Amino acid sequence: MSGAEYLIQTSNLGIDFGGVRAVHGVNFSWTEGELRCLIGPNGAGKSTFFKLLTGQLQPTYGWVKVRGRSIAGFQSHEIARLGVGIKTQVPNVFNGLSVRENIWLSASRIKPRYLLEAAVDSVLERLRLGAVRNRLVGELAHGQRQWVELGLVLATEPDLILLDEPAAGMTDDEVERTAELIRVINQRCALIVVEHDMEFIRMIAKTVTVFNRGQVLMEDSCDSVLRDERVRDVYLGKQLHAGLLGTEA
Amino acid sequence: MLGGYAAITATKAGVNIWLSMLVVAPLVVGVIGIAVERCVVRFLYGRMVDTMLATWGLSLLLIGLVTTVFGNTTSGISSPLGSMRVGGYTVSLYTLFIVGVAVAVGTATWIVLKRTRFGLIARGTMQNAGMAAALGVSPPRVYMVTFGIGACLAGLAGGVLAPITGVVPTIGVAYVAKAFITVIGGGAAILTGTLSASVLFGAVNQLATFATTPVLGEVALLLSAIVLIRVLPQGITGRFFRGNL
Amino acid sequence: MLPVRYDRVALFASGFIGLLFMLLLPMAVEAFTLLEITIYVIMSLLALSLGFIWGYGGILCFGQAAFFGIGAYSYAIAAINFGDSTGAVLCAVGVPAVFAFALGSFMFYARISDVYLGVITLTVSLILFNLVNSTAGDQYRIGSAPLGGFNGIPSIPTLNVPFSPDLLLSPEQIFQVCVATLLIVYYGLRWLLASHFGRVLVGIRENERRAELLGYDIRRYKLGAFVLGGAIAGLAGCLFANWGAFVSPTVFGLAQSAQIIIWIIVGGLGTLAGPIIGCFLLQWLTAYLGALNLINSNLVLGAILVIFVLGVPAGLVPSILGLVSKFAGRRSDEQNHQPSAVGSTAVRQGPTR
Repeated sequence: MSGAEYLIQTSNLGIDFGGVRAVHGVNFSWTEGELRCLIGPNGAGKSTFFKLLTGQLQPTYGWVKVRGRSIAGFQSHEIARLGVGIKTQVPNVFNGLSVRENIWLSASRIKPRYLLEAAVDSVLERLRLGAVRNRLVGELAHGQRQWVELGLVLATEPDLILLDEPAAGMTDDEVERTAELIRVINQRCALIVVEHDMEFIRMIAKTVTVFNRGQVLMEDSCDSVLRDERVRDVYLGKQLHAGLLGTEA
Repeated sequence: MLGGYAAITATKAGVNIWLSMLVVAPLVVGVIGIAVERCVVRFLYGRMVDTMLATWGLSLLLIGLVTTVFGNTTSGISSPLGSMRVGGYTVSLYTLFIVGVAVAVGTATWIVLKRTRFGLIARGTMQNAGMAAALGVSPPRVYMVTFGIGACLAGLAGGVLAPITGVVPTIGVAYVAKAFITVIGGGAAILTGTLSASVLFGAVNQLATFATTPVLGEVALLLSAIVLIRVLPQGITGRFFRGNL
Repeated sequence: MLPVRYDRVALFASGFIGLLFMLLLPMAVEAFTLLEITIYVIMSLLALSLGFIWGYGGILCFGQAAFFGIGAYSYAIAAINFGDSTGAVLCAVGVPAVFAFALGSFMFYARISDVYLGVITLTVSLILFNLVNSTAGDQYRIGSAPLGGFNGIPSIPTLNVPFSPDLLLSPEQIFQVCVATLLIVYYGLRWLLASHFGRVLVGIRENERRAELLGYDIRRYKLGAFVLGGAIAGLAGCLFANWGAFVSPTVFGLAQSAQIIIWIIVGGLGTLAGPIIGCFLLQWLTAYLGALNLINSNLVLGAILVIFVLGVPAGLVPSILGLVSKFAGRRSDEQNHQPSAVGSTAVRQGPTR
């Protein structure tokens, strides 16, 4: 497969923070329609990897290509314009504006005047935010703010969506709603989701990539990964011996 | 400004000039500083722009107050030391005294921050107030004391400068901008930052003044500040001398 | 926020009152008062320029007086050299705009913001002050205009009817030009803020990171706002030079920049009317105190600033509007498409990154 068929591809990607190898030698590829989850214990490098993909950090070595084009040195807005929608770990929304104004700002970058209102309404409906359309986002509950951010991402109609902890801080009901939303979104877009919540991952994941200490530990279907002993050990902090499955000195 | 006025008023009232500069000025201004902190500044921690605005308002208020009490004209006291010849140049001994005071203050600050219990508490509170509180320290107290000490130092500077420059209510304004630039340009580290920034800017200023005119010297200083902030947005100690005090 | 129709009524009402003000005042007051009010109008134009970039763009420029001064001096030099004020006015707007473009590019493309931007703009205005202040002496001239150093430039030719240098405008007419300019700029800015550019600008002020992630090049928007602010400040400077037929380096001073900030804080950051009202009020107060000679004006201004920062952080206009809408009872759910006069304390702490 040629590089241009991948939506995102990385090769030997790595970044050093003054001596600490936060991410090291990562090779990745995503194609249309995929839904990939990134999991791993704290400090495994998931969020750093995420920031490398979104252009918030520049790699020390290796490259990232979006649609076959290297994004080295690209500003965040340039990457967004390539059709990548990004939801950050801490919700980044326009707190002082209403829900409607938030979505409007997002959609207005791509929609002409006469289609704009309809597009905004459609996003509000998909996320069932109609009831709170005129409330200031800063006043909403945390779960709703996460959905507003999801709406912001959707309104630019990206092909690839990167979500960093979309279910964080949500109630069980909200988590279910979010999983349902993501499955629907996946019908049209490829998704990469970084998450901690195992229940949530089970609800949505097709393939799961496990990070540990800045490197990829394994990549497989959701069930295989969650059953694997190495993954369990890694979360429990046990030492791993290369090549030996599940044994310990 | 307050330091300068305190020193001059005390001297004119008969207090020995060294005492008024080195003791009265810092004490008076320190007390005023603590009052200011209690009444205004402590409500504004974390709100950087608001702090700047409120303290600017305070300085206007104090300028107005002092103008009302002391009037608009320059007051002065004469420089207490003479001068001395070094080869073909005449050097004012008082200038050397000022240098000595600066060095002494710098050293004392370093010692206090590094070697005393209070210094440790202050540094800890700066880095993580919540943790310090959990260990039994009262951050508001620490802030109050450090602000007061800062005011003392400013008062000392004003007092010591009074014989050379003479005092006018607006004398502080000229220094505000430069102090601001030096602190920002220096970066996070207290001593190394301000020290390196002031050395850099001072050198640029004097070299440019020597080469051209005093005005261009000023301009050179200001331009170098702009370049510095552009190149090192975190200040000098954001990149060099990291981890130092 | 007030419901839409109240807002529209207020808009028309203020425009109408402004027109009446412009046309009738010269007949109602004596020449000296008219001159005083003219300077209030000019200064509120300056306040408006900073109120726009700070309240809606999140750009705290400590050196807005720099553009004011550049505009004033550009007009003075051009008017003396050209003999016709038409070209001079264009210079007074163009030169500060170019300068703002250069400075803004330098800062925004290096992603400098918040306090650091404030420091740099402050430093720039100090540089200008120092430079211009030292240009006393005959060797410092541009064309046939001596720069004058700390003495300033006297006898500046004032505005004439475009392309007719002999038809000078009377003080009454200059007053009317100033008010008309203020009204045009005010409504122009309102229109801009309701447009796509304005709304994106407000979004950037709210959360830069998010605006970027949506694909907006925030550097361009901030630069655009900054240049516009500089141009308006320059225009105010041009009118200022006309008002007194004199300009001196104090226009670049720190005191001038600080005053603008105080007017905006008192009037209300995050509104367009706030800076204008704050400016009028405080200028009048300063003049009144000066005439009375009872209490030092610095003292009063300083106290007011401290009180407002601590106690009325939103400023006068938003606070009053807040009270009015509480009394108006119903909180209508229609959101009009005017940018929110967001709690200005949030604006002041800088955009979220």
